[in-house]
Amino acid sequence: MNPRYLPVTVTGILFLVLLVAGSVQFPGFASPRVMLNLLTDNAFLAITALGMTFVILSGGIDLSVGSVLAFSSVLCAALVENFGWHPFQAIPLVLVLGAAFGAIMGTLIHVYKLQPFIVTLAGMFFARGLATIISEQSVPIEHTFFDAVNDFGFSLPGGAWLSSAAILLFVMFSFGLWLAHFTRLGGYIYALGGSAHSAALLGVPVGLTTISIYTLSSALAALSGVVYSFYTASGYALTGIGLELDAIAAVVIGGTLISGGYGYVLGTLLGVMTMGLIQTWISFHGSLNSWWTKIFIGGLVLIFIIFQRWISFGLGKRKTS
Amino acid sequence: MLALALILLANLFLSPEFFHLEIKDGRLYGSLIDVLNRSAPCALLAIGMSLVIATGGIDLSVGAIIAITGAVCANLLNSPFDALTIVILAGLFAGLVAGAANGSLVSIFGIQPIVATLVLMVAGRGIAQLINGGQIVTFQNDAFASIGVGSLLGLPSPVVMFLLVFLLAQFIMRFTALGLFIEAVGCNPTASYYSGLKVRTIKFAVYCFSGICAAIAGMVITADIQGADANNAGLWLELDAILAVVIGGAALTGGRFSLPLTLIGVLIIQAMTTTIIMSGIAPKYNLLIKSLVIITVLLLQSSIFRMQFSRLIARQKMAAGDRA
Amino acid sequence: MSERQPVLQLKGICKRFKGVNALNNVDLELEAGEIHALLGENGAGKSTLIKVMTGAYSKDAGRLELNGIAISPQKPFDAQMAGISTVYQEVNLLPNLSVAHNLYLGREPRRFGCIQWKKIRNDAQNLLRRFELDIDVEALLSSYSIAIQQLIAIARGVDGSAKVLILDEPTASLDAREVATLFRILRGLKESGVAILFVTHFLDQVYELTDRITVLRNGERVGTFATRDLPRNELIAHMLGKELQSIEQTHPCRPPEGTADALLQMTDVSADNGVSGIRFHARRGDAIGLAGLLGSGRSEICSILFGLDGVTSGEIKLVGKPFRPASPSDAIARGFALCPEDRKIEGIADPLSVRENLILALQAQRGWWRPIRFAEEKELVANAIAGLKIVCSDAEKPIGELSGGNQQKVILARWLMTKPQILILDEPTRGIDIGAHAEILQLIRKLCADGMTLIVASSEIEELVAFSNRILVMRDKKLLCTIEGDAISENAVVSAIARPA
Repeated sequence: MNPRYLPVTVTGILFLVLLVAGSVQFPGFASPRVMLNLLTDNAFLAITALGMTFVILSGGIDLSVGSVLAFSSVLCAALVENFGWHPFQAIPLVLVLGAAFGAIMGTLIHVYKLQPFIVTLAGMFFARGLATIISEQSVPIEHTFFDAVNDFGFSLPGGAWLSSAAILLFVMFSFGLWLAHFTRLGGYIYALGGSAHSAALLGVPVGLTTISIYTLSSALAALSGVVYSFYTASGYALTGIGLELDAIAAVVIGGTLISGGYGYVLGTLLGVMTMGLIQTWISFHGSLNSWWTKIFIGGLVLIFIIFQRWISFGLGKRKTS
Repeated sequence: MLALALILLANLFLSPEFFHLEIKDGRLYGSLIDVLNRSAPCALLAIGMSLVIATGGIDLSVGAIIAITGAVCANLLNSPFDALTIVILAGLFAGLVAGAANGSLVSIFGIQPIVATLVLMVAGRGIAQLINGGQIVTFQNDAFASIGVGSLLGLPSPVVMFLLVFLLAQFIMRFTALGLFIEAVGCNPTASYYSGLKVRTIKFAVYCFSGICAAIAGMVITADIQGADANNAGLWLELDAILAVVIGGAALTGGRFSLPLTLIGVLIIQAMTTTIIMSGIAPKYNLLIKSLVIITVLLLQSSIFRMQFSRLIARQKMAAGDRA
Repeated sequence: MSERQPVLQLKGICKRFKGVNALNNVDLELEAGEIHALLGENGAGKSTLIKVMTGAYSKDAGRLELNGIAISPQKPFDAQMAGISTVYQEVNLLPNLSVAHNLYLGREPRRFGCIQWKKIRNDAQNLLRRFELDIDVEALLSSYSIAIQQLIAIARGVDGSAKVLILDEPTASLDAREVATLFRILRGLKESGVAILFVTHFLDQVYELTDRITVLRNGERVGTFATRDLPRNELIAHMLGKELQSIEQTHPCRPPEGTADALLQMTDVSADNGVSGIRFHARRGDAIGLAGLLGSGRSEICSILFGLDGVTSGEIKLVGKPFRPASPSDAIARGFALCPEDRKIEGIADPLSVRENLILALQAQRGWWRPIRFAEEKELVANAIAGLKIVCSDAEKPIGELSGGNQQKVILARWLMTKPQILILDEPTRGIDIGAHAEILQLIRKLCADGMTLIVASSEIEELVAFSNRILVMRDKKLLCTIEGDAISENAVVSAIARPA
């Protein structure tokens, strides 16, 4: 098998193992209903992690996504509730603002050659600050459109419910797959992660690609903010704290190398679902406390990065010491 | 860089009450002292972080190490082993073990520091919760509490603590060859290895040191509130520490570092927060202003920006000259 | 001359860096259907000129014209779009993408918004077949050797509708068969009217392939000549600016009398970097040359001795005792020093200062708790700069500001400070202008005379012949033969390398 598929395959195997182990231990664990609920509950994380995948593939990082999620959810709620906007007006505006925010960060990173870590860190403070200014309290949303979307879905055999959030998740991941493997931009993103220097010499438009990546990441974070506001029927400036870490964990568990250039969109989806499985397992278990989730996820990330390190020798990376 | 830092500091000090100091009961009081006191935990983290970043790495886990140390100390203080020496040693040991774990991942396994320390950042608070049994553990122990609220030589003990660590670190870095070695490793680890430096050992050591600094910060924070809160102790403090190092002019990719400049970075961040509070602006604008200051500092550090800026000034001067 | 307008014309190109004239009023004309060599020593301005042509650098003055129309590429992509295709010395492809993707990056055929991967695969296979490469184009680029990667880079360069093809040291990693294939393809392109600019330091290849030669020296054009009308020593004279001073004939180092015992002995050594069956001995004061083509295993022997690669079988003895270094610091502790092949990655620590780079190895030897006193440091630095004639106005400057030759001298000085028993030099004169070149050779001879044991790996056979008293000829990571003392001559070495297996 092509060695570059190895990390993702391992993630897939791990996911299956967890699924089987869980269903052996708890009947109904692996039912379609539980699985689809998992997707619905984690749709916002998955969409955020999708954006993060592209950023990490290019060799960068985006610490602002949690705050952008909060900002977009609170702005959406405020516009609809306090200013009487219709969601069809509020949602596009929120998405555009999210994209613009990402574009600004991308521009700062490319034009002034600033480190993505610090720029997106400042972005995190900025977005969180804006969100807090809009409203420090949670803004509940009551709108027929929201109810309609929340109720929308398809009933599937086995008592499963395919919600609008899950549908959106599939749509976005299909888009992500197309972008990564069938567009020129996707190739440019991988190229940047492989070697920014060589990419530039080969004619890859580095600036445009960089700005697009961060624009995409923020836009997707804004989208997941909208999803989250539907999910909780409210907008709150203090949500999503630490979401960026979860997104990074999902991407790493999904087999993408943090140094960039290697990884798959599908891997991130598997990563999100694996994290969701662990959480489901813990709640089924009942007597384990929630902080074990953190320990398990941390441990999983550890195992994966050690494994990735072992693999990357085979992918031709050089030892320095 | 120094000029920039000093100007910023000077600007922030324009509020009149800032410099007001008074002595009560044998110790200093005043806004200035307040700033120093509040920045102590961040300063401790930033000293360790400076060295880690200088080797080309980063330590995201120091906030979690604060939580772990707090949990260890608080629980010991509630147990029969509550002698001050034991508690402090245990706390330092916890930090050392955490730092060593990070160090092994980075130097022995060769894992990228951002991900290696991410593991502990995520799992660490869970571990602290485990030690605490899910509660916020409080204790009553004046001896330990004095680390946080006491005073020494007229200065609050946290300030004394970070000054001591700073002086010790600065001395070792500049009076031995260790500072040079760390900078060499950060500039070019391969060339350093070829020159006979024990690169792995150096990298391992800086993470251990960072862990110990975080442990000291953890003890200060825990002593201050006489409690260990696994969820909130030192939350996001690692980001402030990283910011301080960057504002101090160090590159995240490693190489040259300066502990004094890092400390100035810490003070800038803390003074910024204090000034905002004192000026009466609602605290909800805090984050926004912070982010704008950071971006401004970053831009000023970027040579490309400086070039564009000076060209803009030159053009304006020419335009003014034409009009005259 | 012909009425034809040159395809690419450079007029009066000037480029300055920090007050230094990298290019001063350079003219160049490339005609369609010619292969034009660009020659000059390092620092002459060749790569700067190429970067100006391709848009990687912007010129300060002058005109660039393609088929008579002025162009001004702002980045390499603009040049590519205009029809100027470039293949660089280092493989500038993406190791994490497939071979096919690398070949078509930036110009992937699309349909309905989707890249047509099947078409790319087929096109890639066809393209590579012209280079006699029948490889799996969907495998990652990094799964192939550097030589094959270089051929793929060249394939990318020649594909497409390029009017001008620039090749910067394309043959550095290729063996004779691959060079022949490349030349065949270049001649084919020449027939179809492409203008080719060929930068190389292999003069044989210049005479074999090219029609005209342009020589640069110190940022200025010395002249343009028809290849067949320019004798070799005139060419070299133009490049160096003076009549060639022949490096004095062999004065091989002879170890002082009475030291017949081996200082260093390798017996049937194999290592995890691929070498096997290595055996030789060195006495105190010997100068051992390691000769062979690129990839023959010369550098690998240096790595083994310096603790960079592990020994899998066989034995190394130092002064009669077993020697198994696990890291450079082990080797240094036993008296070794290595001046590495790639000074940028393995040698200099930029942006540390020249002074810090000089004392680094000595300080590492002493340990961190015994810093070198300021006065001693000053003296050491001054001696090093004077002793090796390092051109450096201020020792506190970042080392990156020094020229390649001076950086190499700093690395050498760094190691000499540690007073090693055995000094290993891996390509000590690579990428250095002739002036510094000669100085380093003189230094090597002096070290020899002072009794230091030297092991020098080099692709320049004449250098090795000039001072070695024993030459090990390597091929395919195995020791081919050893040539001793009076039997040493350029002919002997060359015929040994060329001998059929």
